[in-house]
Amino acid sequence: MNIFKRTQKKHINYDKWGYIFLIPFFVGFLLFQFYPLFQTLRFSFFNYFEDQETFKTVGPTWCGWDNFSYLFGHSTTRHFYFFTLDLGKVKINDLLYYTINTILIWVEGFIPQIAVSLFLAVLFTDFRLNMKFQRFWKTVIYMPNLIMAAAIGMLFQMIFARSGPVINTLVDWGWLNEPFDIGTSTSWTHIVIAFLNFLMWFGNTTLLLMSGVMGIDESIYESAMLDGASSGVVFRKITMPLLKPIFVYVLITSMIGGIQLFDIAQIFTQTTGGSQASSYTLMMYLYSLISSKQNYGQAGALSFLMFIVTAALSMTVYQTTHPRVNVEKEQAKSYRKRMAEYANCPDTIAEKARNDKSQGALAQEGVR
Amino acid sequence: MKKSMLAVTAIAAVGLLALAGCNKQGTSSTAGSSAAGSSTAGTSSTVTPSTEGKVLNIECWNNEFQGRFENFYPDFIKTVKEGDSSYDLLRDGTKVYFKITANDNNGYQNKLDADLKAQDSAAADDKVDMFLIEADYATKYTASDYALDVKGDIGLSDADVSNMYQYTKDIVTVDGKLKAVSWQATPGLYAYRRDLAKTVLGSDDPATVQAALADWTKFDAVAKTAHDKGIYMLSGYDDAYRVYSNNMAKPWVTNKVVHLDDQIKAWMKATKAYTDAGYNDKTSLWDAQWQKNQGPKGDKVFGYFYSTWGINFTLAGNSDPDKLGNVNDVTKSLYGDYAVCQGPASWYWGGSWLCAAKGTDNKALINKIMYTMTCSPAVANGITRITQDYTNNIPAMNAIAADTTYGSDFLGGQNHIALFKESAAKIDMKNACAYDQGCNEQMQNAMKDYFAGKTTSIADAMDAFKTALDAKYTGLTYDSSFDITTL
Repeated sequence: MNIFKRTQKKHINYDKWGYIFLIPFFVGFLLFQFYPLFQTLRFSFFNYFEDQETFKTVGPTWCGWDNFSYLFGHSTTRHFYFFTLDLGKVKINDLLYYTINTILIWVEGFIPQIAVSLFLAVLFTDFRLNMKFQRFWKTVIYMPNLIMAAAIGMLFQMIFARSGPVINTLVDWGWLNEPFDIGTSTSWTHIVIAFLNFLMWFGNTTLLLMSGVMGIDESIYESAMLDGASSGVVFRKITMPLLKPIFVYVLITSMIGGIQLFDIAQIFTQTTGGSQASSYTLMMYLYSLISSKQNYGQAGALSFLMFIVTAALSMTVYQTTHPRVNVEKEQAKSYRKRMAEYANCPDTIAEKARNDKSQGALAQEGVR
Repeated sequence: MKKSMLAVTAIAAVGLLALAGCNKQGTSSTAGSSAAGSSTAGTSSTVTPSTEGKVLNIECWNNEFQGRFENFYPDFIKTVKEGDSSYDLLRDGTKVYFKITANDNNGYQNKLDADLKAQDSAAADDKVDMFLIEADYATKYTASDYALDVKGDIGLSDADVSNMYQYTKDIVTVDGKLKAVSWQATPGLYAYRRDLAKTVLGSDDPATVQAALADWTKFDAVAKTAHDKGIYMLSGYDDAYRVYSNNMAKPWVTNKVVHLDDQIKAWMKATKAYTDAGYNDKTSLWDAQWQKNQGPKGDKVFGYFYSTWGINFTLAGNSDPDKLGNVNDVTKSLYGDYAVCQGPASWYWGGSWLCAAKGTDNKALINKIMYTMTCSPAVANGITRITQDYTNNIPAMNAIAADTTYGSDFLGGQNHIALFKESAAKIDMKNACAYDQGCNEQMQNAMKDYFAGKTTSIADAMDAFKTALDAKYTGLTYDSSFDITTL
């Protein structure tokens, strides 16, 4: 055992270099991420804003939970509509209302997005189909993501304008009796914004899901084919279960992106959120608080609430993709099972003897 | 020699550019040269030129003033490129930097606020020397110490500013000190389509049309006649907004308390009635349909409420999207087919002022610029004749108003300055406040759902207005004028 010790001493220890090389990241993180985050949280307990009348900075002075109670205490009467159907009105907390708006728009965009992406991912990776011009199609579906969201918002605002090409065409075809202003319909505004989100992100999602599908062992598909499984069964019993980790990743990142929905809605509704502010998202509210109102306290409180939600979602994705499994325990368990099952094989007996010996040596080492 | 030739060519090119957008009136070229040549420097300056800095920084939100400056300031030689930016070189070697930040979402105000707060610690050449302010937030800056006294600190005399419209001085006077000066006045008029006026009223003569639209009751009656003939009186909800809002009895906000004026209620009531009766085309200010309606391919709209800059710039541009000019064919271009009249009430919209910033080291130059651009009768005359903008010099405007040879091509030869003159004299901006921009914007937005029938309750619309305003300003409360259930 002396030999073992000596060799360890002879080795140069490179461990510290790892830490040294990590210093720039941690310094950067502390300065540019942790400190601002901490300040944001700190200011959320302060009365701290620019007075728009005299442009004098007020505060920061400690105000306890005032900013949070402002956010949770401000409410407005809103009418709810399903297309032209009036669902009635209710006095609702603004924060809750904007959260509902954000979630609704995200759901309306995510369901078609995941469906289309899944379909395309399976289509592109199907080795029996062996699609031609794959690179071309992948580029095409990814293309909308390259355009700035604000530009897309502006472009579609013109396309869907009351005097724009879409409405004009529908009137020409006789599908509409008179020009229709999408901005006056809460449902249609939602749908257009959700559609733009879908258009921008379905390419990205398709590529992610494709990488997941391609990571599945080909031989499993081959054996399923030999067993005579249909494409539907293959999709349900092989692709979906093995795709789950990537699928969950896509779901959660999309959710986080959904919470941050901003540019398209902001530009498409011209910062107003449309009829009944029904497309006013949480990020638009935050933007208004920080840029127009310049109230750092309230904006801090809101961003901290959003941080908590986002962190909770990130935690979920981490838990799902890194299930808490004790690898050593699992290995030991399968080892014991194997030993028990093939107890009388000569190979097993030899392996057991070998392991016992080395374990004994290790135990002795531990005693010393 | 070559350099001076280049300078001459540059000046000539700038002059040509200035003329490019103007109409065919014969006087324009002479007016331009006289403007550049005869303007004199300001009156006695309190600061000796030797202490002057060699860099002048001007903050503004668009290039309107820069264009005026380059075309009409006599000491301007050329624009010099310097890396990504550029500066205007003056004859004495001073560099003038225009620092432009767009107005949208308080962008300009935020930038200016930050720069003014850093004024004390900034290097002499980085300090803001001059900045521009707009009517909707002018009082915020004039009430502060950051804007210098134009007379006491900069040295303009009472005689220098005596020819300006009183309201352009009133709005920026704080505790008896004049804090800013403007080169323009912005009276509003009603611009109508001549062909539709013939259809509806049987005449396109401004005097006849004005007689028919002289007050709101008559205006409503014409709206009904127009509606019966398939013509909208106004394009949308916000068209008449400023005509009401600029006649408010009290400011929007006094001591942080927001007040809903009867004029705003009158606008709500009138607009709701117009919308329900189909007298307007349900557009919103600045939206695509609203702009399209002003041209030959939109729905038929009788006219628009517009102030000076709106008529010569926005409406003229929208009326002729294909840039055909006056073709006397209303299906192709409406250029030359609009005319203006006073409309049912006198009003104004917008306006820009020049301020000198506290801490500047260019007081003598600012004095000269302020005098030349806002007080000089020759420059005022030149700007109006060349750009058709309405300038802030009463005698100069009166002279053009009386000039029978003067007329706007876009307005079919009508002398609109004469009408502006009438309207400008009635402008009263005493109720302007620092919150105007937010209040006006949010009121128009909040009422949209009410007009469109998405909510039938005026109380709900007011609720939405308060929420939207609370997301813009801190610490506002609302008085009982908002507790309304009917109009």
